[in-house]
Amino acid sequence: MEILLTVILGFMIIGAIYALHANDLLSAVIAQGIVGYGLVICFLHLKAPDLAIVQIVVETITLIIMVAVVLDSSRKEIKGKIGFKSTVNIIVGLVFIGFLIYFFNMATGSLDVFGEHALRMSETYIEEGAQKTGAANLVTGILWDFRGYDTLGEATILFTAALGVLSVLRLKGKK
Amino acid sequence: MKGLTPIVKKVAQLMSGIIFVYGIYIVVHGHLTPGGAFAGGIILAGAFILLILAFGSEVIKLKKEETGSSITESLSILLTLILAIGGLFIGTKVFFNNYLPKGEIGELISAGAIPIYNILIGIEVAAAIITIFLALIIFKEEEEER
Amino acid sequence: MIVYIMCFILFLVGLYGIVTRRNLIKIVISLTIMEFSVFLFLVLIGYVEGGEAPILTENLPEKVVFVDPLPQAMVLTAIVIGLATSAMLLAIAIRLYKKYGTFDIREINNLRG
Repeated sequence: MEILLTVILGFMIIGAIYALHANDLLSAVIAQGIVGYGLVICFLHLKAPDLAIVQIVVETITLIIMVAVVLDSSRKEIKGKIGFKSTVNIIVGLVFIGFLIYFFNMATGSLDVFGEHALRMSETYIEEGAQKTGAANLVTGILWDFRGYDTLGEATILFTAALGVLSVLRLKGKK
Repeated sequence: MKGLTPIVKKVAQLMSGIIFVYGIYIVVHGHLTPGGAFAGGIILAGAFILLILAFGSEVIKLKKEETGSSITESLSILLTLILAIGGLFIGTKVFFNNYLPKGEIGELISAGAIPIYNILIGIEVAAAIITIFLALIIFKEEEEER
Repeated sequence: MIVYIMCFILFLVGLYGIVTRRNLIKIVISLTIMEFSVFLFLVLIGYVEGGEAPILTENLPEKVVFVDPLPQAMVLTAIVIGLATSAMLLAIAIRLYKKYGTFDIREINNLRG
């Protein structure tokens, strides 16, 4: 299991590095599809079928919208000169990455080995979830009964996103 | 945006019916099999997006607005909130609790109010995705004509 | 342990893209790559070796071990929020292209003074 996940993650990293250095914007958008669909295969091997269905349709919709936006505007990639500002950016970026690696070591030093997870918080959800909610799908029961407010907030976020897109593209500004 | 060749139009007509029925199946069986409101709602939106992309945007421009999907989306959220407020008066008096009777595990009509919530939020998600798609892709050229 | 490290490398690739790229569409792509790495990390934490998917069917053995369903419920919410964020960012990018004629972030600087 670990070897399979490592190989798929390797492909995702190569696709992500190519997506940032492509000369054509359409190639970059299609290379982002490698990362998205590789994530679907990872979810299927980690025994999460709900997430795989949602990720595959969301990735398809994102790709459709991005390709339509890129084909209607410019497709060129803008090259930058190596000057003083970009060097300062890279040095600040390296210092920041050093801090992040240090905190990552501190945080995952106390995690369990991959595959041996101590189910402390979810014991009640697994044992009594089906009786108390009446749903055979435990994830749906958790989403709508034990954690109902999160789902209500998410429906509000989708509503607000549609409202925001309509209001950004409809008002005419000054030239 | 022009339409595509007649072969694509005919195949899109056939496939969008199948995709629509599949989306309804994923939404309604959300408490028994993997799926639920969000996955099924986006699949329902995909059926309409397939038709719009195959036939071009002249079919939609007859109305010049996207009011149909906006009204559907607002009505679904309103019905969800009314159903959630009903929890304040029945059973344990808490907002947004599961107050309808829970049947046996594994039947289609079970798990209280969860299937009703799934259907309402599924319609809302589909309408929101269609509104976003129409506003971003089809109707943005209209500002230059006025 | 090596899967956690590779997840973190994907996060760093996305962070590098946000800091050094000049094209607006590439900044949006890097943001979604960072979000994907966080989703994968959350689901990797909750995996139990030899566990089953958290759905009660009829022909399961008696003592069955499930994977953790709580991180899966959180990531399901987060995926849809990522879609809403990307849609909003692309709407603003279309609007900026109409006004300035380019996607370069160093020329979209009419906000000074």
